[in-house]
Formats: sequence, C-alpha cells, structure tokens
Amino acid sequence: MAFTTEELSTMDSIIKRYPRSRSAIMPLLHFVQSRAGYVTNEGIEKIAELLSIETAEVSAVATFYTQYKRKPVGEYHVGVCTNTLCAVMGGDAIFASLKEHLGIENDGVTADGKVSLEHIECNAACDYAPVVMANWEFYDNQTVESAKSLVDGARAGNPPAPTRGPNKLVTWKEASAVLAGLNDGRAHEGVQAGEPSLLGLKLSKEGK
Amino acid sequence: MTKLTPVLSAHWDEKDSFTIDAYKRHGGYEASKKALAMDPDAVIQLIKDSGLRGRGGAGFPTGMKWGFIPQGDDKDHYLVVNADESEPGTCKDMPLLMANPHVLVEGCIIASHAIRAKKAFIYIRGEVTHVVRRLNQAIEDAYKAGHLGNGFDLVLHVGAGAYICGEETALLDSLEGFRGQPRLRPPFPAIAGLYARPTVVNNVESISAVPAIIANGAEWYQSMGTEKSKGATLYSLSGHVKNPGQFEAPLGITLREILELAGGVRAGHKLKFWTPGGSSTPIFTDAHLDTPLDYEGVAAAGSMLGTKALQIFDETTCVVRAVLRWTEFYKHESCGKCTPCREGTWWLVQILRDLEAGKGTEADLEKLLDLCDNIMGRSFCALGDGATSPITSSIKYFRDEYIAHLTNGGCPFDSTKSTLFAGVNA
Ligand SMILES: Cc1cc2nc3c(=O)[nH]c(=O)nc-3n(C[C@H](O)[C@H](O)[C@H](O)COP(=O)(O)O)c2cc1C
Ligand code: SF4
Ligand code: FES
Repeated sequence: MAFTTEELSTMDSIIKRYPRSRSAIMPLLHFVQSRAGYVTNEGIEKIAELLSIETAEVSAVATFYTQYKRKPVGEYHVGVCTNTLCAVMGGDAIFASLKEHLGIENDGVTADGKVSLEHIECNAACDYAPVVMANWEFYDNQTVESAKSLVDGARAGNPPAPTRGPNKLVTWKEASAVLAGLNDGRAHEGVQAGEPSLLGLKLSKEGK
Repeated sequence: MTKLTPVLSAHWDEKDSFTIDAYKRHGGYEASKKALAMDPDAVIQLIKDSGLRGRGGAGFPTGMKWGFIPQGDDKDHYLVVNADESEPGTCKDMPLLMANPHVLVEGCIIASHAIRAKKAFIYIRGEVTHVVRRLNQAIEDAYKAGHLGNGFDLVLHVGAGAYICGEETALLDSLEGFRGQPRLRPPFPAIAGLYARPTVVNNVESISAVPAIIANGAEWYQSMGTEKSKGATLYSLSGHVKNPGQFEAPLGITLREILELAGGVRAGHKLKFWTPGGSSTPIFTDAHLDTPLDYEGVAAAGSMLGTKALQIFDETTCVVRAVLRWTEFYKHESCGKCTPCREGTWWLVQILRDLEAGKGTEADLEKLLDLCDNIMGRSFCALGDGATSPITSSIKYFRDEYIAHLTNGGCPFDSTKSTLFAGVNA
C-alpha cells in the first residue's frame, strides 16, 4: 500500500504537532491503522523513514501497546470488559456467549471479516457495568442479549448506535483516524452524559 | 448528612454542555482571563492556599508541585495532563471530558501560565473514541475563539492501551515516542520531565478544578472538605448498588452517606467488600462504612483514597475470584522492567488460580503473602505495590473464604447470582 500525497501531508501535519518528531510515533501508528486496518510493515517502514529512526524502534513501540494490531481485525472490533467489576456484573457471561455465538476465540475474527472479539480491561465506565466497547465506543449496561444484537447488527452492516457516542457506529478504520487526532465532525453527536454521570447532580438539585 | 457540591459536574445535565457556547454561558474562559492578568507566582500561591491536592491517586498538593518548577531558567517548561484513567474502578475523568472538555482546556491555560509553560499536552487513554472527539473539538474551538494560540499551544496525544502509561514517568516516555516504562527518580519531572525539561504532570480532575478556584477564590475552596483534605471531588460509585454513578461531594463524606444517596446496595443484598480508590487500594468491608473518605481518614483505616473509585461488591461475590481477576490485570499490565513485579505477578496468578480451583493448600496463603512482601516496596514503580493490595487486604479480611475453596474443592459461589441480570440470561 503506497501512501498518497494527501496521506503523506496528513502524516506531516501530525509530526508538526510535536517539538520533537519522534513523539509522533503513536498518532502515526493510529493513522496507519486508519488506512490499512492494522499496523502493516509498509506503515512501519514509512513511519521510520519519516522520523529518521530504525524500523525496529517503530516495531518495538507498536508491539508494546495492545491497541496496535499486527494483523487485521474486524470492521467492528468488539471488546468486552472482563476486569473484576464488569466480569462479576455479567462481563464474563457476555464474553463467553459472544465467543460461542460468533464461533471465535479471544482475538479472533469472523470469517466474513466483520467482527473481531477481545476481552478488555477496565474502560473507565464502571458505573455503566457491564460494559462492551465496539471500535472503542461505549455500549453501556449490556446483557447477553444486547451484546448479541450488537454483533449481529454489525455483521449485517447496521450495528446499533453506541450508548454514549456518535449517532452511528463508525468503522474500525474511521475510529482509528479519530485516535490519530483527525476530526470526523461527529463530536457534537450523542448525549453529553448518561444517567449515572448525572445522578449526583440530580440529587443535589433535589436538595441532597 | 453531607451535602453534595457539584462544581465540575454542575452543568452536565444541559444538552450540549460540551460546547464552547454552553461553557461560556456559565462564565467559561473568564477565570483564565483573570489568571492571565495575575503574576504567575500569585496564581501558584492561590492554588497553594486553596489546599487543592492531586486527584490522580497520590494526593500531592497541586500548588506545591507547580512551585517546584525552576523559574527564570530560560528552558522550555511543559504541562502534561494525565488523562490515562485506567486504574480499575476509576471512571470520573472520562465522563468529565465527555460532558465538559472546555474546563480542562481552561485549566491548562491557567496552569501553564503559572508554571511558565508555552506548550501543554493532554495524554488521553486510547480506548475512548468519543471522548477523544469531544476533547479534540474543544481544543479546535478554543483555538478559533483565540483562547489558545498566540504563544500557548495545547496538543492532544492519544495513547494505545497500556495501564502503565498512567504512571507519570512512563507516560513521559510514551509521549516521547518510546515504550511506556517508568523512569528512575530523581531527577523528578519538575527538574527533568518531558524532553528533559521542567514538567508538571497533573490529573484531569486536578487541572479541571483550577478555573473554579481562580473564579471563586481560595477561601471558597477551603471552606469545603476536612482539615487537611480541602475541596470537593468526584466519587465514582459502581457495582452492586441500586443506582451507580458520580457524586461530587466535599472530601470526608462517608460510604454510608453515598450509599444512602444511591439507594443502597442492590435490593435484597448486603455489602461485602469495596475499594475506596480503585483496585490498587486495599479493600474495605462493612466495618469501614463510616470512614471519612479523605486522604487522612482512609489512610488511618489502612487503605488509600486513591482515585475515589468506590467499587461495591455484595455477598454474592467470591472475593478470591475478584482478587484473581485484578491480579491477572496487574500481570498483564506489568511493563516488565523490574523482576519483582514481572516475575512476582506471574507467580501470584499461578497460586491464585490454584486456590480458586480448590487445588492449593493453606500453606499457599503464606506463600502469597511472602511473595507480596517481596514485591511491595521492592518494585521499580507503584504498579508492583498496587498489585499486592487486593491480595494482602483480602487475606486479612477473608482468610476463611480462601480456606473454603480448599475444603470445598473449588469455588463455593454461584457466579450467575452476582450478575446485573442475576442469572436470567446467563
Ligand atoms: C501504575 C500507575 C498508574 C497510574 N495511572 C494514573 C492515571 O491513569 N491517571 C492519573 O492521573 N494518574 C495516574 N497515576 C498517578 C500518576 O503517576 C501521577 O501521580 C498523577 O498523574 C499526578 O497528578 P496529580 O498530582 O494531579 O494527582 C498512576 C500511577 C501509577 C503508579
Ligand atoms: S513495578 Fe512493574 S510496571 Fe513498574 S517498572 Fe517494575 S515491572 Fe514495570
Ligand atoms: S470494570 Fe469494566 S469498565 Fe471498569
């Protein structure tokens, strides 16, 4: 995959955010994932070339962080929180049933390339447990059934919208571009907060 | 009864509260105007006087941290905001940034003025696409409105899934484009931080508290909280409670009070154990319902206030299962730099797995404690220490339950009873 002039200019603008170019490795890796879907060898070579460092140094960084994938994931990458609180509240049951439902294991991808599955750590949404993430968007208060309809919808090309997120679930590549710091114009979509986030405020207004 | 005091969360219930217009409707960007007209040292003094302490876990006085930055040294200074929020149970910074990203942007403007930084970075965890969108848009809009630019730049840096990058020196290595592994201290970041320049690292909530303190004064902030723990803070209640959520209250409120606000433990169940400040803080039981949740009160009772992540577990939860899962987390997130943590967490997991399956012996409990003893205080960073907290505290309070796994030949609990859907779908 050769990089287009436009892509190269985006990569250049990412590097310019930083006083020292090497700091751009992480957003550049997210950017490569937004084009190829995962961290390709060409991507690593291009980043090394742009930052004037060795490809081994870029690989060392890419392999340290779990969000960088060295092989393709699904168009919708689903993460089930199985850290203690979510696990206990139903995350373990959700993860087990999704594996069975999709016929794949942890880190597996469905044959149609639509959905991949991973168990993830606490995603800073424990007051919405059990939590499922798809392309790192929040699906709060999940049940086995709701998680199954999420992956079924994803396979059929019309996944339900995230609970706290944009009006529509974007693809893995599109989400990766956001993580590279590119604006997709969807920041204003979706709720500003879910009910649990507002509970204390609501009670305070009731004089508590 | 302690009264709730929404400050950071005061306007989260307004639709589109995350926009610059909504923020300005409530006096947004007035505090930075005021602060920029002040002498930087006066800003530092005001934050010192307010008593604000770091909300990222350790509770270090924020104004004092700013005061460590050398002045007139002709070097670039940096502010780095820690938005990595990955400590299990912690879930305050992400909803804050989702609902009101501008308060952090304004806090960055003020803090950077105080420490004479011309550039600031926000390091946010990568697994939160929509929070990244909101913050990125807020920064763009602050540039357009002229609050950023003109000699002060703010850059959003998105992580990629590594808990250790919340540790401030690992975060700096990560931000410099390396694997995120902790650095040897000294030198401390205040002397040699990002790019070896004087750097302040502060949590999202710490920096977001700053605009209100500038606007309302140190006395106002001082008037909330307890003697040594001033101000209000976000308590995050999760787990087996009727209504989980965020409660912004003065420091020193108790879990009993918060539980009452939340409608109590879920119907028909009772409190078994809880974390006061995330999984790295030793667990508490129902004996600690009246412990004041401030830095001193929680420490005196043998734990840490940490991130104020109150994870509640009722009597259906197996403590061995909970502790094993946290330990697997630490093993997975250990950066591998030092032996006690890298090897130690691996062994902890092996022994706990056997115990959960009822395969160990009582001597394994001593082995666990012995291992913890060799990790605690001997690891390179606080991740290793944190890994031992759930184990030592759970053996202290629930030794019998470990033993029950052995006599029972496995876990005596029915895990379906702990789920939110209480076994209906499981
Ligand atoms: C393993 C580990 C993870 C941490 N994760 C975070 C985090 O996600 N967010 C945070 O603000 N501080 C975290 N900290 C604490 C930071 O090292 C640092 O103390 C804090 O960001 C300082 O900010 P404050 O003074 O405003 O609290 C972590 C510490 C350790 C040892
Ligand atoms: S204690 Fe663990 S996380 Fe910290 S430096 Fe050692 S191996 Fe890395
Ligand atoms: S434990 Fe699942 S989001 Fe925190």
